[in-house]
Amino acid sequence: MFEYLVDYYNYWMFIGLMAIGFYAMMVKRNLVKKIIGMNIFQSAIVFFYISTSVKRGSVTVPILEHSAGHDAGHGIDIMHYANPLPHVLMLTAIVVMVATLGVAVAVTIMIYRRHGTLEEDEILASVRRR
Amino acid sequence: MLDHGPVLAVGIPLMASFLCPLIGWWRKRACYAWAIISLFFCFLVSLHTLHSVIQGGTIRYRLGGWMPPFGIEYVVDHLNGMMLVVVSAISLLAVVYSGKSVEQELPDRRVYFFTVFLLQVTGFLGIVITGDLFNLYVFLEIASLAGYALIAVGEDGAPLATFRYIVMGTVGACFYLIGVGYIYVNTGSLNMEDVAGMLPNLYHSRVVVTAAAFLLAGLAVKMALFPVHTWLPDAYTKAPSASSMLIAPLMTKISLYVMIRILYSLFEPRFSVTVLPITEIMIWAGVVTILGGALMALAQVDFKRMLCYILIAEVGYVVGGVGLANDTAFKGAVLHILNDAVMTAGLFTIAGIVMFKTGSHRLSDFTGLFRKMPVTMAAFVVGALSVIGVPPTCGFFSKWYLVHGSIIAKHWTFLIVLLFSSLVSVILFFRVIEIGYGFGVSHGVHHGDGDERKIRFDEAPLGMLIPTIVVALALILIGLYNQTILSKIIDFTVPGL
Repeated sequence: MFEYLVDYYNYWMFIGLMAIGFYAMMVKRNLVKKIIGMNIFQSAIVFFYISTSVKRGSVTVPILEHSAGHDAGHGIDIMHYANPLPHVLMLTAIVVMVATLGVAVAVTIMIYRRHGTLEEDEILASVRRR
Repeated sequence: MLDHGPVLAVGIPLMASFLCPLIGWWRKRACYAWAIISLFFCFLVSLHTLHSVIQGGTIRYRLGGWMPPFGIEYVVDHLNGMMLVVVSAISLLAVVYSGKSVEQELPDRRVYFFTVFLLQVTGFLGIVITGDLFNLYVFLEIASLAGYALIAVGEDGAPLATFRYIVMGTVGACFYLIGVGYIYVNTGSLNMEDVAGMLPNLYHSRVVVTAAAFLLAGLAVKMALFPVHTWLPDAYTKAPSASSMLIAPLMTKISLYVMIRILYSLFEPRFSVTVLPITEIMIWAGVVTILGGALMALAQVDFKRMLCYILIAEVGYVVGGVGLANDTAFKGAVLHILNDAVMTAGLFTIAGIVMFKTGSHRLSDFTGLFRKMPVTMAAFVVGALSVIGVPPTCGFFSKWYLVHGSIIAKHWTFLIVLLFSSLVSVILFFRVIEIGYGFGVSHGVHHGDGDERKIRFDEAPLGMLIPTIVVALALILIGLYNQTILSKIIDFTVPGL
């Protein structure tokens, strides 16, 4: 049981972070806290992808050392390199995250200008008053 | 040049979107024409692509010449060929329509509106055309982010509605991303066809089953299935007319398309019928969504909000129809995606015109509109009849297939709910028509006399009227030619169920 927890610790951390983010998004009443929760939630997924690309042992970053010139005969043993594809995917996902964060913050600013508060309850009350 | 149809369909609106601010810098008014021209070409390219699919079967376009499992591939078969044409046609109509309404609602933000509008269309077309799971996620987020921006500039309360949409939509997209991650971990590939070839040996794996659950849960948020529909009514009601005319018909339909792709192209049909009881769950989700949408629509006093709940109910039709998992119901569901996109577009154009003329879109604003705007209201009646399902409008035929399919599947609950919601739509629309004819006002004829004479012929501007008429005609034409559409396109989309 303990080994099960330790061997898969990266997935437990991913689940934990996701749960924290999800909780903040659903339960917190402050809009900025919701955005922070959203970011934690998204980061959890990035960690998950990155941790799947890891290989145990003497593994290095995916930079091909002997690929230049005609001396390609060395061959590349993929077991010595971490899988680069999840990293590349996450670069794109991080860009998407930043864009989402930007739009969310911009919308929050619009809300603050109209209602003068960032607490969801107070905003709803001020919407109803109009 | 024409071999590059698939990439041009996405590339034209994307490039047009980048150039739009530059053109706006030169002449603000030119942006409108620019958007129309680019979407017109996009529409032509989509038509051409669909035509070549009908002639010669599935088209594969390899971006940059990279071979499929490594490079990104665009795949157009009959199903997404049809979706391409639907998306590009409705966005062309929406952009023509948006000229006047943006001028009135967002006078100082015209340039940015059209920029984001084109980006939104890019996202929609990309989702439809791509054959790569991760690429689909990126386009899904492009479409969602552009959608947030288009909705947030709406009337009072729109920013808060948008914020809720952002939170829900991000959860949906993230679930989809987790699902893709699980599939990648198991198969090592992201190309849909490549993955589909490897998955059947992995159906016993719990990771694959979880992946399917995450993918579908994420899409359920995006398509507004009943328990997670809460973002939709607020967001689409408060959006500017032109945005809701574009987003409301397309976003939900595209999520439905992706759901069909995942259930029947990525996974084999037997997976969703036997390995996991997805289809059974979907029928019940459809039932709950139809009931919830129809009943909530009854309670609304705002026309646009009522349309939003009807839209939710229509999503339930398709989800249930796909869940019934027989040929007839599946054909009905695919035909209903087409029909509902056109119907919803038609009804939201009416909401926009009413907003343009009266300044709000409550049901009470419809008083006397039949005399004031006979052409618009005629189009409205066609749309209403189509939602109710009266032949020869197209709504009848897709409902007919769905009803027939549920009889074949012997699923009586779904059948009853289908008929019940048609009855509810009769009540909903006849209530609007009654208000429109002004029967409600005629109680006080004596002192209402002056008011009645004030109602003069005051039709919507031509730019808004033409898309409305085109959509109304399309509703009837799709109905009349539904056999052609079925035999040329939809029959080829049916998986071996």
